[in-house]
Amino acid sequence: MLLIPCPFCGDRDETEFAYGGEAGNERPADPGAATDEAWTDYLCFHDNPKGPHRELWFHRDGCRRWLTVERDTWTHELRSARLSRP
Amino acid sequence: MAAMQRYSIFSLLRGALSGHRDWQPAWRAPEPKSSYDVVIVGGGGHGLAAAYYLARNHGITNVAVLERGWIGGGNTGRNTTIVRSNYLLPENQRFYEHSLKLWEGLSRDLNYNVMFSPRGVINVFHTDAQRDYWIRRHNGMRYAGIDAELLTRADLARLVPALDLSPGIRHPIVGGVIQPRGGVARHDAVAWGYARAADALGVDIIQDCEVTGIDVEAGRVTGLQTSRGPIGAGRVGLAVAGHSSRLAEMAGIRLPIETHLLTATVSEPVKPFMDKVVSVAAAHVYVSQTDKGEVLIGGTLDGYNSWSQRGSPARLEDILSAACEYFPRISRLRQLRHWAGVMDMSMDGSPIIAKLPVEGLAMTGGWCYGGFKATPASGWCLAWTLANDAPHALNAPFSLERFRTGAVLDENGAGPVAWGH
Repeated sequence: MLLIPCPFCGDRDETEFAYGGEAGNERPADPGAATDEAWTDYLCFHDNPKGPHRELWFHRDGCRRWLTVERDTWTHELRSARLSRP
Repeated sequence: MAAMQRYSIFSLLRGALSGHRDWQPAWRAPEPKSSYDVVIVGGGGHGLAAAYYLARNHGITNVAVLERGWIGGGNTGRNTTIVRSNYLLPENQRFYEHSLKLWEGLSRDLNYNVMFSPRGVINVFHTDAQRDYWIRRHNGMRYAGIDAELLTRADLARLVPALDLSPGIRHPIVGGVIQPRGGVARHDAVAWGYARAADALGVDIIQDCEVTGIDVEAGRVTGLQTSRGPIGAGRVGLAVAGHSSRLAEMAGIRLPIETHLLTATVSEPVKPFMDKVVSVAAAHVYVSQTDKGEVLIGGTLDGYNSWSQRGSPARLEDILSAACEYFPRISRLRQLRHWAGVMDMSMDGSPIIAKLPVEGLAMTGGWCYGGFKATPASGWCLAWTLANDAPHALNAPFSLERFRTGAVLDENGAGPVAWGH
């Protein structure tokens, strides 16, 4: 069970959150101008580390803010969590 | 190499009369040679099947299978043993039906009882929309010559007396579909049977041998670094679903795969009460009773990237509460154990059985949570791809390029969300 340290609400159970995948995978600003390669990378080719991972969580049943969380995918250690947008 | 000791009623009688003291080990434990024509990484069902079909179908016997742990100790031992070919997309239908046909002859083929039990796989649904979807999917199967039938509530009451069909539950069941030829098989026996049959054809099965690096020279694979020393290889096949990303990374290849957990659980054994596999659409939970009498329950993904092999208690509670809702009589059974397997979740929910962008390197992976039923055809297709340096028509659609060309195989229409399939 993950206890995610929401900077707004405190330590909260994972069941309150929705997972949003890899952080920092920005949608191309102008999709029409993005190459097929860039678009495919954005959609399909993500980091999949066995270890520290920066990822997005939405506090669905809490403050309803998006968080950027650093979590170890092997030990489930939660290293940090901050609001994705101030 | 001694000839394989064939199993039969006569060998069993001979064994009984001699006090079971002269059984041969099912496969050898050779030291790795300095090089092989083909090395398969991963001694699960898929990798062992690939080695077996390389030797049997293609006459390539200078083959090694490298297994980090022991045979049957990886994801092969963590699945829920279900075998079916009830797919909607033609590419999936052809592939999984080929697999099911291999299952039907597998015990005889391997001279090993894989305990394939075609007891019927049922999906139940709860709404008109789900009914339309399942009818469409099963009509698609019938067009493709695959067995599929629609079940009324009366049929369900007859086939699965343990199922709660009362109208008062949260999501009442309005009907179901069945693939009668689907069923279950003994997961360990599949690995052991392929290992024994491959070994008999000359394949070296090397356990306790972890691959730590893939040697690539001028764009071509030349060998592997392992915990038991370097091993040269003409061609290499990766069959390490759950860890495909890590192995591909050793060759500098990025895959459209994320690793997620799927929880399953088994109860204490009880007398037989259910001889079908039942999957419940409302909760994504599937229940069967094993030959030992345990109630085997599989669930859905934890929903976030993880390699921990430890499922979340919250998800376990979801799975068990759903199972108890639809099978009230299991509610007082004690759970013997639960576990979570690591899944290669691909971006369209379909596997990758393909050559990789390094010469001589191919993979089977991206199995999401449907790899067990694919074991024979996955190995068959990987063997073909390695032997011919080109995919067979059955696995050509399961390429790596499809994610760039857009020819994805998204059975559920979920889009490129790894945990959405």
